[in-house]
Amino acid sequence: MPHKVSLSRLKLTDFRNYAGLSLSLDGRHVVLTGQNGAGKTNLMEAVSFLSPGRGLRRAAYADVPRAGSDGGFSVFVTLDGMMGEVDIGTGTDGGDEGTARKLRLNGTAVKTVDELLDHLRVVWLTPSMDGLFTGPSADRRRFLDRLVLSLDPEHGRRAADFEKAMRGRNRLLSDHRPDPAWLTALEKQMAELGIAMAHARHELVSLLSGLVEAARDDGPFPSATLRLSGFLDDEWQRPAYEIEEIYLDMLQSGRYRDAAAGRTLDGPHRADLLIRHREKDMEAERCSTGEQKALLIGLILAHAGLVAGMTGHAPVLLLDEIAAHLDEGRRAALFDRVDALGGQSFMTGTDRSMFDALGDRAQFLTVSNGGILA
Amino acid sequence: MAKRVTGPEIEKLIQLLAKVPGLGPRSARRAALHLVKKKDQLLGPLADAMGEAHRKVRICSCCGNVDTSDPCTVCTDVRRDHAMIIVVEDVSDLWALERAGAMNAAYHVLGGTLSPLDGVGPDDLNIRGLVDRVAKGGVRELIIAVNATVEGQTTAHYITDQLSGLDVKITRLAHGVPVGGELDYLDEGTLTAALRARTAI
Repeated sequence: MPHKVSLSRLKLTDFRNYAGLSLSLDGRHVVLTGQNGAGKTNLMEAVSFLSPGRGLRRAAYADVPRAGSDGGFSVFVTLDGMMGEVDIGTGTDGGDEGTARKLRLNGTAVKTVDELLDHLRVVWLTPSMDGLFTGPSADRRRFLDRLVLSLDPEHGRRAADFEKAMRGRNRLLSDHRPDPAWLTALEKQMAELGIAMAHARHELVSLLSGLVEAARDDGPFPSATLRLSGFLDDEWQRPAYEIEEIYLDMLQSGRYRDAAAGRTLDGPHRADLLIRHREKDMEAERCSTGEQKALLIGLILAHAGLVAGMTGHAPVLLLDEIAAHLDEGRRAALFDRVDALGGQSFMTGTDRSMFDALGDRAQFLTVSNGGILA
Repeated sequence: MAKRVTGPEIEKLIQLLAKVPGLGPRSARRAALHLVKKKDQLLGPLADAMGEAHRKVRICSCCGNVDTSDPCTVCTDVRRDHAMIIVVEDVSDLWALERAGAMNAAYHVLGGTLSPLDGVGPDDLNIRGLVDRVAKGGVRELIIAVNATVEGQTTAHYITDQLSGLDVKITRLAHGVPVGGELDYLDEGTLTAALRARTAI
């Protein structure tokens, strides 16, 4: 059983509709119920700021402070984390737009929010992800990269560097007569970074597929088959340096075409994650809304299980409006699977009775108007 | 509008000092006040030193270093091994390497890195000068000591390409475990690089 990472204290200051909130948690799952607009998702978002990035809403930090407050926001938690108990504080102090989020661990300022990954992993599922299978491929790549990042913290830097080299190449190709040696130098960088990036994605997909397969007969959720497509699909059995060579060739021979297109047409930035409903053998985007939701839940749970297995610590799971589309049987099965992951999870819903099957495995809190009712 | 506290001369001094790296408006005011108070002991000599430096400073036509003579002190130093050239992005890197004092070599300052997004191309950097320097002969080894960033590595690839065919050994700085570093705290990329670039004991 993986170690349970759990929050014992959560304090918010000027965060969305919370002026100030101080919450003691007892380590069980947390069920937040309340009316629309009460602040349930805001509380989940606060917890999502315990991972690098802009949280589950992908918010601009300037939008996060409570309206009418004059500065920034802060989220403070006490956590039984992957390296023992730790106090984590994060937020902005208002001021300049676009400034990075600050992070303090045990009262000491640390340089990058990436250090959060040493203490906990946060995995979430929100209603805004419901369109994942039908939406643009960029959404699926971002989804996939988030999953990779929670296992391989280097992935973010690699992806950013690849992007930078590619933008440089695109700019250079738009010149009247670009320097071929300069292009080659950029393309070598792209090949190295792009293949490393794609490799990390392939590895995640194969690990995840294994777990989805293992959970196949476990409850009423359909299982998904995953496949990456759109970038060097047939070459991944070769050693990395050979694939780098192939990609470098593609880039060099594609210069003329890419210059005409105004962008780079081959690369990991064009790959897509293809998801199929295994039992029905049908593309996920053609499944019913309820089935898509069930597929997505299965994927998220498999990923949470993967993180727990790889790190030995169960991630904190945020499941926003999770019970809405599920019937009673599936809800009970979901709660059992969430509980079996061994971590602390936060769930929201409008109606408390939907969570009855959790029994005393969860702490029930009623959210109202930026506060918690006792 | 706020009332002015000082005359335009001191105001200008503050404004200019505030442009110096490491100084902000507040510390510039402090520095200016200190200088003005020590008019004869500090302000005058500093002004003279700056004037003198302004008259004499130039960029070395051989290596791109900044000095008061051309060729610069490094290039004319006969005790250095001029068959070995360390290629750096900026003069600050040259100074950093000299502080380490590990190599008794000559230098070549590029003046930046290739960056299409910032409009910096090969012609904006001192790359032609480097190729000419190597082509003249007498250079045994070139150590490319650029930063481990996308721009730095792109520049390294480019220089290597430009020098292909010339009889010179090209090396680069090792990436890996910092001195005094613990393996447990290193990221995977650094560890992989360190393992690849391992050396025999």
